[in-house]
Amino acid sequence: MKEFLGARGLVLNEPLLWEKGKKGRMGFSLPRRDVESSPLHKDLTNEGPDIPDQSEMDVVRHYTRLSQWNFGVDTGMYPLGSCTMKYNPKVNERLAALPGFAGAHPMLPHQLSQGALRLIKELEGLLSEITGMDAVTLQPAAGAQGELTGMLLMHAYHKSQGSVRSKIIIPDTAHGTNPSSAALCGYKPVPIKSNEEGILSGDVVAQVMDEETAGIMVTNPNTLGLFEENIRNIAEIVHSKGGLVYCDGANMNAVMGIVHMGKIGVDILHLNLHKTFSTPHGGGGPGSGPVCVKAQLEPFLPVPRVVKKKGQYIFSEKFPESIGKVQAFFGNFGVMLKAYAYIMSMGSDNLKKASQLAVLNANYIKEKLKDIYHLPYDRPCMHECVFTDKFLKANKATTLDLAKGLMDYGFHPPTIYFPLVVNGAIMIEPTETECKEDIDLLIEALKVLADEALKDPASLQEAPKKTKVRRLDETTAARQPCLTG
Amino acid sequence: MKEIQELKFPEDLRYTEDHEWALSEGEGIKIGISDYAQDQLGDIVFVELPQKGDRFEKGGEFGTVESVKAVAELLIPISGEILTVNSTLDGSPELVNKDPYGDGWMVEIKPSESDELGTMMIRDTYVQFLKGKK
Amino acid sequence: MRYLPHTPEEITSMLNVVGIKDLEALFSIIPGDCRRHEDMELPGPFTEWELTDKMSAMAETIGTSPEYKVFIGAGSYQHHIPSTVTYLLQRSEFSTSYTPYQPEMSQGTLQGLYEYQTLISRLLGMETANASLYDGASALAEALLMAIRITRRKKVALSTLIHPLHRQVVKTYFEPTDYEIVELPRLENGLTDPSSVTEIEDLAAVAIQSPNFFGCIEDLGAFGESALKNSALFVTSFTEALAYGLLKNPGSMGADIVCGEGQSLGIPCSYGGPGLGIFATKMKHVRNMPGRLVGQTTDVEGRRGFVLTLATREQHIRREKATSNICTNNSLCAMAAAMYMASLGGTGMHQLALLNHDKSEYLKKALRESGFKIPFESPTFNEFVVVSKAGFEKTYEQLLGKKIVAGLPLVSFYPDLVDHYLFCVTETISKEEIDILVREVKA
Repeated sequence: MKEFLGARGLVLNEPLLWEKGKKGRMGFSLPRRDVESSPLHKDLTNEGPDIPDQSEMDVVRHYTRLSQWNFGVDTGMYPLGSCTMKYNPKVNERLAALPGFAGAHPMLPHQLSQGALRLIKELEGLLSEITGMDAVTLQPAAGAQGELTGMLLMHAYHKSQGSVRSKIIIPDTAHGTNPSSAALCGYKPVPIKSNEEGILSGDVVAQVMDEETAGIMVTNPNTLGLFEENIRNIAEIVHSKGGLVYCDGANMNAVMGIVHMGKIGVDILHLNLHKTFSTPHGGGGPGSGPVCVKAQLEPFLPVPRVVKKKGQYIFSEKFPESIGKVQAFFGNFGVMLKAYAYIMSMGSDNLKKASQLAVLNANYIKEKLKDIYHLPYDRPCMHECVFTDKFLKANKATTLDLAKGLMDYGFHPPTIYFPLVVNGAIMIEPTETECKEDIDLLIEALKVLADEALKDPASLQEAPKKTKVRRLDETTAARQPCLTG
Repeated sequence: MKEIQELKFPEDLRYTEDHEWALSEGEGIKIGISDYAQDQLGDIVFVELPQKGDRFEKGGEFGTVESVKAVAELLIPISGEILTVNSTLDGSPELVNKDPYGDGWMVEIKPSESDELGTMMIRDTYVQFLKGKK
Repeated sequence: MRYLPHTPEEITSMLNVVGIKDLEALFSIIPGDCRRHEDMELPGPFTEWELTDKMSAMAETIGTSPEYKVFIGAGSYQHHIPSTVTYLLQRSEFSTSYTPYQPEMSQGTLQGLYEYQTLISRLLGMETANASLYDGASALAEALLMAIRITRRKKVALSTLIHPLHRQVVKTYFEPTDYEIVELPRLENGLTDPSSVTEIEDLAAVAIQSPNFFGCIEDLGAFGESALKNSALFVTSFTEALAYGLLKNPGSMGADIVCGEGQSLGIPCSYGGPGLGIFATKMKHVRNMPGRLVGQTTDVEGRRGFVLTLATREQHIRREKATSNICTNNSLCAMAAAMYMASLGGTGMHQLALLNHDKSEYLKKALRESGFKIPFESPTFNEFVVVSKAGFEKTYEQLLGKKIVAGLPLVSFYPDLVDHYLFCVTETISKEEIDILVREVKA
């Protein structure tokens, strides 16, 4: 048997911040007081917030210990479907932290921020080339805000056409953010089902598409890891009724250099720089959710936009049809820098190769496991493959137990119970940056786990056993919420 | 999750396809969710109910019931005005799991239409309906 | 390519397992008319060393401290960031993990965010805070939408002294809805006019920023009372979180929701993002709150642990009925803020806030003495407005050449405020540097 990664190791306990520290300690080098005191009226002031005082080493040990309870891409394989947990290059971090970038004040006069403006303009151009779309805004802070921006663009477009539309078509496989973002714009989601092959067919769209429907939100490749082959036909149907096609590009990592999003009928597309373009997820964010559009929607993009005038880059607000702003400033510039560095490091051929290898890895896993795990849609997948726990039907173990069990083997679990249309879904996205040995080890671990689930489900339901804490009581956490200490 | 034969469905109640039950008690009709519904949801962590005096048409959403990872809408099987609300569920939502037909009841409604109760499923029809679902 | 580990032999063996000949065949399912037939035209690939040269050259064109003295705040503040924060934040167990959906493998992030929620609640005097939103502007929009949900009313009153860019974001979020924004005008003293608040009908929320965009400290207590009289929720916002190291917190003055920009707390300006959307409220409103929440619980062996909780509010469960569409937030920035607050402690935050205030008062006094007018007499924290002397516009341009950015002209935000400039001084600027600025503008 192979040696798996999960092992015992000394992990230290660490109390909460306010359970340590002493009044009068200090972990900060307070700048010299070189001006006289000028007290504010005491009605306006406090004595200082109730935050514990710590020494510098108190703080360092606290967070170092906490970090050791966490698992990241740098720790091991993180095959979380739909999240594209690829390697986050270290040079990107260093370049984003260059003092000129990190220290740049967003309200600097343009002559003092040419480098930043140029970078924004160039990154827009790179993303436009990669997707085949005509224009790009980098302002949205994350995918969901990109979706909201996309919906606002759709709303503004229809308004400019003198048309009021109240509905939007959303497949049942969509991320929850899709209906939620659409609802913020007052659109009522009209759900449609995918066919027996796991993709959308034109007639289903034709049945619901009408002149009161603003358009459709599709995820392509979809959340089952399948390419929506009928996308052009669907786009024609939607366009023929005056609607627009929004594409959730969360899964762009499968198709860079392979699919031309501009040609397949997509009008609006959002990307996740923190997925496809290698910027780290930071335990939940920050991300960046650029929106790419066709030329007809460009006038509506958020302001300000970078334009070049007399050899200088400047921000321009002169777009009267713009939807406005979704962020106070220009978006998550710090994240843009990392994505820019990634694209520049990769170049055209390597980006395409990244997509090819991401898809190869997923198909390889699918082939290796499909005789054991149930595969609801047995057809070539894109960069992720979706299995289910149906093979455990008569048994008490479930997808959740398999996920928890995988932890003890040293892997982060895949995405589970999503998409909702597949019962007990196990969605594996290996990404292109994992080497074959680690992929083989994951496959081996999933085989051993399947065996354990069938033979000794009770033992698997005890998993994980090697983590800092074991299964947690989420019910009590929700019944009696304790959100602060 | 349990098999249908492991679940309880009292004879004297009426049921809906959305898994609410109803029971006539004096001038009001008590409403809750069935054993099947609570079992499907798992540990219930929160119940959101309307206020006394609120009026509903049959099929209207009168609240929600939440488990850790799911939300179900509560649809009223009877039109009318809310007479009382089971406020103990506020602090003890687990009663819906423990005793869905007793302490886990949700609202009592004063019906505005005659005999909507009669159009609801009787026990056997509901159990057949559940078996068809499985 | 160093990020792509497969050797040609490995690729061949994996293709064999899949049962296809080459990598192209992986995509045979994609119709030809969806395919891209020409190569992408991108620059590169650049080596690590070429890229460093290229991007360093771009970074060097930007006017930043310590070479430049930038006397601007206006929603983004330059503060010293302890090396410990920068260093600890680079622990890649934090930075390269995903949202903590699997709590057993994410206790570091989860305890860290739970501590963040607690410290923020204490700083603002509120009962609970979420695990972050994107930025102060979108947090304000979310706060107003939340007030509309709770009160089932459709109008919100916004002070015109809320950061103009934050108000623009609110306007964008509200554009497709039928909710109405009422603007509360400003008074001569640089504060928001409270007189109309109790008279507005169907009012869901009153929103006041303090310190406001002019740096002035608003009388939040008075607005809290008028909001209450009108049964509207009182929303307070801020752009300079450090101010609450010194100022009475909004919770003690009747705030129902407090939101704002937390960039000041250990996060670099980074040309405006990522920042940190801070969001806090009362427990009775928690189920209407947007964003993720971390809660304390125990594991099967009774040990303390943390999980994401009350997730039924969120988009992945409640879809179109969610309290917000937010998914990815600004977690790592929240961690930075917690590390920063832990490093300073309550004592350090108070002292640092005092220093910011006193330095800003020093510049205010000096500019007043050199002929600038202070149009708004209300007390300020670390920012204030001046009216320039005649011909200052030219001096401003000349000072840029001398690597001094002498405040932010306000006329593009408030067209009636010609010749008004907003100045900010933080602890990063020394008395000598302030003196140089004053000498230059006198000359």
